[in-house]
Amino acid sequence: MATLLFFLLSALCVGGILGMILSRNAAYSALCLVPSFAALGALFGLLGGPFIAVVQVIIYAGAVMVLFLFVVMMIPLRPAPSFPKRKAFFALSVVLAACLLALIVLSLSASLKTSAAAAPEGFGGVGDIGRLLFTDLLYPFEITSLVILAALVGALILAKKKKSP
Amino acid sequence: MIPVSWFLVLSGVLFALGVAAFLIKKDLLVMFLAVEVMLNAANLAFVAFARLHGLLEGQAAVFFIITVAAAEAAVGLAIILLVFRRKKTVKADDISVLKG
Repeated sequence: MATLLFFLLSALCVGGILGMILSRNAAYSALCLVPSFAALGALFGLLGGPFIAVVQVIIYAGAVMVLFLFVVMMIPLRPAPSFPKRKAFFALSVVLAACLLALIVLSLSASLKTSAAAAPEGFGGVGDIGRLLFTDLLYPFEITSLVILAALVGALILAKKKKSP
Repeated sequence: MIPVSWFLVLSGVLFALGVAAFLIKKDLLVMFLAVEVMLNAANLAFVAFARLHGLLEGQAAVFFIITVAAAEAAVGLAIILLVFRRKKTVKADDISVLKG
């Protein structure tokens, strides 16, 4: 059952990204990624991280993609030029990505052999993560809020329309 | 019980797809989306290794990555918007003012 779920979710994930690559319209590209990221959140859930799964769905599939769609709406869309013009470049990109994939799998091969020890009961519960975040990782957690504040102010100042004199 | 190695391979596949999308696409917005895909692939590897070693720190790292990625998306999109206002285009090929 879990195996079936894994294959279903990974197919949804990979399919969404392929849809992003193949669609010519930026809005469709962003919309294709929403189910993809949501499926990734479900995969996190399968790996025993309910908190991370919920964060992924709310922040990535929700907030970040909505932000992207807003910007897509503010920029008039022109369909990208069709592929034939850059067929050689397309092929080269695919070959390069395939080489990278081979490299990643080769370097993972040591980890692939180790068998997973059964996770302890209740691994990755929300309480455990919260305790970890507010004890050992308290400083990074507080600094993250500063990062978000800086990003908020920076984005506002960057995107603000200059008053023309 | 699904082997954790499958998740690692899936993470590699997602990262390679993100790289391919980044190279193929010519639109700044979609290239930025491809970067998000790569970040998510790295997140999947983090969670998979956290499961493999039974450590919660991997999931905490993913939490931090997600928050920083959200901040990065806000700033990056503001910069793309600014580029569009200046140059009236978001195609990476048309933005070559830094080229001498």
